[in-house]
Amino acid sequence: MIKKAPQIVVKDVTIAYGDFVLLKDLNFTINKGDVFIIMGGSGCGKSSLLRVLTGLVPTAKGQILIDGVDFTKADQNQKDEIMKRSGILYQSGALFSSMTLAENIALPLQQYTDYSSKLIAELVDLKLALVGLYGFGDFYPSEISGGMKKRAGLARALALDPEIVYFDEPSAGLDPISSKLLDDLILDINKSLGTTIVVVTHELASIFAIGNNSVFLDASIKKIGASGNPKELLQNPPNDNVYKFLTRGEK
Amino acid sequence: MQLKSDSKNDELKLILSGDYLNYDDNSAKSALREKVSKLKSQDIEIDATHLGKWDSTLVVVLFELYRTAQQKKLIIKANNLPQNLQKLINLALAVDRKPSKNDEKKLPFFENVGAKTLAIWDSLKKSGLFSYQVLVSIKRFFAGKAVFRQIDWLFALEDCSYKAVGIISLVSFMVGLILAFVGAIQLRTFGAQIYVASLVAIGMTRIMGAIMAGVVMAGRTGASYAATIGTMQVNEEIDALKTMGIPVTDFLVLPRIAALSLTMPLLTILADFMGVLGGAAVGVGMLNISPNEYLDYTMNALSLDNFFVGLFHALVYGIIISMCGCYFGIYCGRNADSVGKSTTMAVVSSIVLMIVATGIITLLLEVFKV
Repeated sequence: MIKKAPQIVVKDVTIAYGDFVLLKDLNFTINKGDVFIIMGGSGCGKSSLLRVLTGLVPTAKGQILIDGVDFTKADQNQKDEIMKRSGILYQSGALFSSMTLAENIALPLQQYTDYSSKLIAELVDLKLALVGLYGFGDFYPSEISGGMKKRAGLARALALDPEIVYFDEPSAGLDPISSKLLDDLILDINKSLGTTIVVVTHELASIFAIGNNSVFLDASIKKIGASGNPKELLQNPPNDNVYKFLTRGEK
Repeated sequence: MQLKSDSKNDELKLILSGDYLNYDDNSAKSALREKVSKLKSQDIEIDATHLGKWDSTLVVVLFELYRTAQQKKLIIKANNLPQNLQKLINLALAVDRKPSKNDEKKLPFFENVGAKTLAIWDSLKKSGLFSYQVLVSIKRFFAGKAVFRQIDWLFALEDCSYKAVGIISLVSFMVGLILAFVGAIQLRTFGAQIYVASLVAIGMTRIMGAIMAGVVMAGRTGASYAATIGTMQVNEEIDALKTMGIPVTDFLVLPRIAALSLTMPLLTILADFMGVLGGAAVGVGMLNISPNEYLDYTMNALSLDNFFVGLFHALVYGIIISMCGCYFGIYCGRNADSVGKSTTMAVVSSIVLMIVATGIITLLLEVFKV
């Protein structure tokens, strides 16, 4: 078996808001090409961890190494460089409502590349096609459904051919079929582009369908309760909390 | 980095060799497009044996080639195309739904005028209905049946009372100052600069104090009402209120109207005072009028009639600003852009309606000789 190279290394990280410690002593590694799941019950700090990984919230303690660079100590230029190689799909899609889908996707390309406007338009069409929205470029976010907004958000996240794509609750608010389509899309992107995928979710169907590695955040101990392949964790749960979570509390 | 196409013997062979990163060779792409457009039934062959590194800019070229081939029913034979690249192209080609958007038709001139008139009529009906609902809420309030939380009223009161004192004071002081300056230019030619005091006192108390307080509060509080309620609309909080059977006008509009109608006259008194102070600064500081003399002329010019006319204006402005802010918030669209538009509309409409109301009140006061 080929050993994958580490892409994100989280070392002794503590997340706190003022004096309130949300999570402590976090240690895990996300390898290149992984579909990595950050899972746990509501309020355990999944989204906070994602915000820390994407630099929106500083860590209280510890290091986050992205491709060997300490993200927590990086200057703004280094952070921008790292974030340019990352894409984020927010829970609601977070599309700019005053812009069409094409303008939304073109924005990072205009910001970070010196491509001609023609090439940008071609790339926008390609990214929309990749998420199954070819021809929807002139639509405004208010004119499309929730599932389509998420896919358009993914197209924007993929605009710069990122090496890492973060997903915050991708299945939230989607019907089972749309949710499955999005899961398939995540796997397709992962396989065809070799993109590292980090997904924050508590949707069991998605966790088992796409995840090949994971951490379970345990709110009761404010630490990682378990880590590994979600299917293996279900077969050999290391503790009751993990078992309850992965079986929806059923005995 | 190059894109070679070879179309000998009516066959197209595309050779991909080397790296294709940030690839944007328009002449090669155009040549390829032209060659493909001339093909009728021949196959296209892609040789990617020596393909190096690639990114989306190459996928764009292949995606277009495959789409055109699909439309023209041509067959593409790909040799040694990396598996992930082929997968990506297949993913892009998979269409699960097609856009269907009705393009807005451009109406002929008269139809356009008619449509605009109907739209204005609709918005008048909507604002009429809103005003009626507010009146019903007020009736319910006095009958003790309105869903009116005192805490909401206190929050609204806090927002439009002492927090606005600083800006109202500054603006009114400056307006008094300007009024005195402008008056002095003319009055000085007749040696009647002492009447600057009367001019400022009457001008500020009868109308200018109320107008300045109104303009500031429209920009400050009216806009805030529209943005807050508009955001509630975006977050479906207004829908939640409606489905809970709570009248939106009771819950959101009444506390705001009650707060602003109460504070506007008080802020106008402050604006009057600061305006007179601004006038005094010019009169005493620049026109060499003694403070006592300025005070005497001011006191003589002040009348209760003018003062109450000003307060009445303020009350009307308070109702207009709060109604406009709440109306545009409640009828806001469901995205961030709509909140911005609603906020702008609330401020613009408030100021326009204030001016219209001033005209009507002035006419009525003239008729009734007040």
